[in-house]
Amino acid sequence: MSAPQRDPGLQPERTRLAWRRTTLSCTVVAVLAGRQALHQGTGPAAVSAVALGVLAWLGFLRVAHLRLTALGPARPRPMSPRAALTSAACTVALAVSAAAMLF
Amino acid sequence: MNDFVRGLRLWFAPQRLREEGDTPDYRFSLANERTFLAWLRTALALIGGGFAVAQFLPALTWGVRTCLALALLASGVLCALRAVNHWVRCERAMRRGEDLPVSRFPTLLSLAIAAVALAMVVVVLFGWES
Repeated sequence: MSAPQRDPGLQPERTRLAWRRTTLSCTVVAVLAGRQALHQGTGPAAVSAVALGVLAWLGFLRVAHLRLTALGPARPRPMSPRAALTSAACTVALAVSAAAMLF
Repeated sequence: MNDFVRGLRLWFAPQRLREEGDTPDYRFSLANERTFLAWLRTALALIGGGFAVAQFLPALTWGVRTCLALALLASGVLCALRAVNHWVRCERAMRRGEDLPVSRFPTLLSLAIAAVALAMVVVVLFGWES
């Protein structure tokens, strides 16, 4: 039933894969953050930096999951600015937690 | 500058983006989204590079290592923010049927990455290691 409506260029599929790649990159950065935290000890600054990194990773996972679900139909709606802003904010938060763990 | 502030307001008012012009073909929106994600991955790679410099170069002195890591992290943050801004501007241009915005950011980013790479070469050659 949905076969004739399918986009011949597989655009939703490609966009889903792009989200998956980005989630993977985010996970790699989160793992690096966890590794850094292991060497850091358990001071209050280190713990809050790790918490920020984990929160950012979870936030990104949530945005990516919502968007992956929204990309299911043959003609998905465009991404909302909020999703763009949240995913970028999670990226910035990871960088902030990295900078916090440098000192 | 005024255009920048208006663009910034669009970040936080999604309904205003929908009010402008006509909804473009969904394929163009998805292509714009993939471009945004590619920029976000670039930002994540830069941030991961910052983490890597901090963790995997213990031979460097603390100052050099921190400076390199901070430069990479800062360019990652810049890249992520710019990704949102560029996505909003492209989306708006497509809705209004205007030309897509041009940007000198890719050039600046490549120059910054080249500078970091050169700095690494200098550090290794002159042996600023502890």
